[in-house]
Amino acid sequence: MAETDTLPAIATRREEATGFFQKLVSKGLGWARKNSLYQYPFVTACCGIEYMSLASARYDIARFGAEVPRFSPRQADLLLVVGTINCKQAPILQRIYEQMADPKWVMAYGVCASSGGFYDNYATVQGIDRIIPVDVYVPGCPPRPEQVLDGLMLLQKKIQEQEHKLIDRLPAAELARGR
Amino acid sequence: MSKAVTAALKEKFPDAVQEVYEGVGGDDCAFVKKDAVAEVCRFLKEDPAMAFNMAPYVTAVDYLGQEPRFEVVYNLVSTRLNHRVRLRVKVPESDLEVPTVTHLWRGADWFERYCFDMYGIRFLGHPDMRRLFMYDEFVGHPLRKDYPLKGRQPLTAERNFRDLYRGPGPSGRD
Repeated sequence: MAETDTLPAIATRREEATGFFQKLVSKGLGWARKNSLYQYPFVTACCGIEYMSLASARYDIARFGAEVPRFSPRQADLLLVVGTINCKQAPILQRIYEQMADPKWVMAYGVCASSGGFYDNYATVQGIDRIIPVDVYVPGCPPRPEQVLDGLMLLQKKIQEQEHKLIDRLPAAELARGR
Repeated sequence: MSKAVTAALKEKFPDAVQEVYEGVGGDDCAFVKKDAVAEVCRFLKEDPAMAFNMAPYVTAVDYLGQEPRFEVVYNLVSTRLNHRVRLRVKVPESDLEVPTVTHLWRGADWFERYCFDMYGIRFLGHPDMRRLFMYDEFVGHPLRKDYPLKGRQPLTAERNFRDLYRGPGPSGRD
């Protein structure tokens, strides 16, 4: 048997082994991350009242491990954009998103954040997905807390299915450029 | 409402007050000449029989296609004598400058800035004539009838994707 016949088999088994380990780690990290979502509520409008209801005892977002609002984007995993975003606020929202550390997720809370709602006028951004990437859209004007919890559970499912790594950095060249 | 206020206005300023009438709901209204508005307002505030100590709303109207095109509307209230009056000032498009009333009612400050922001009417003597709501980079005055309804001027680059109902993004709308 020549050496070249055995090498690919060994490589495949090694890939399998690391792949299996990586999947295990990814699953564990996903489980940890989906159940400890620190949120940053970017509250600009009336949806904020419904957000308070969501966060307080009756609907209790703490059941999903997302009870801690962090008022610094640097400590947050989940950006909740709660309310209408107008053109004047768009750069602020963009900067908040950029300040958040990876991994990060965004929820568009309410119809104004999702699509601009009925504010199809000279001042309103037609959905925050025109300026930042969005993971979950929760419609409603304002959405009922159950809807938001449903959205949160969808997001948890999405996080669980994503790939997570123990060490997840950009290549050094990209870091040096300052992405 | 009683006619006391408008009658006194008509008597005191026969030239500046052009027309008085009773509006919908019985409000006293008066058309006032643009150059005399500060003087009329000073009389309304300082005369003890008028005592209008509050200007709860100052706004503007765009009558596109009519001449004069704009109108500034002053709603005044006296909390002591419990009466109201509405002053309407016609402003032609060629001369968009109205004397300010901020030295009489400090509360008129942001209303006048609002009128400047949304209609482009400048108030002479206003201490801080800047836009109130829109950002400084914004070009034009959005509540004018000839401003495009969806004429957005985004500050940051927006993704210009096609969506199902609303068509393309901010440029080329309307």
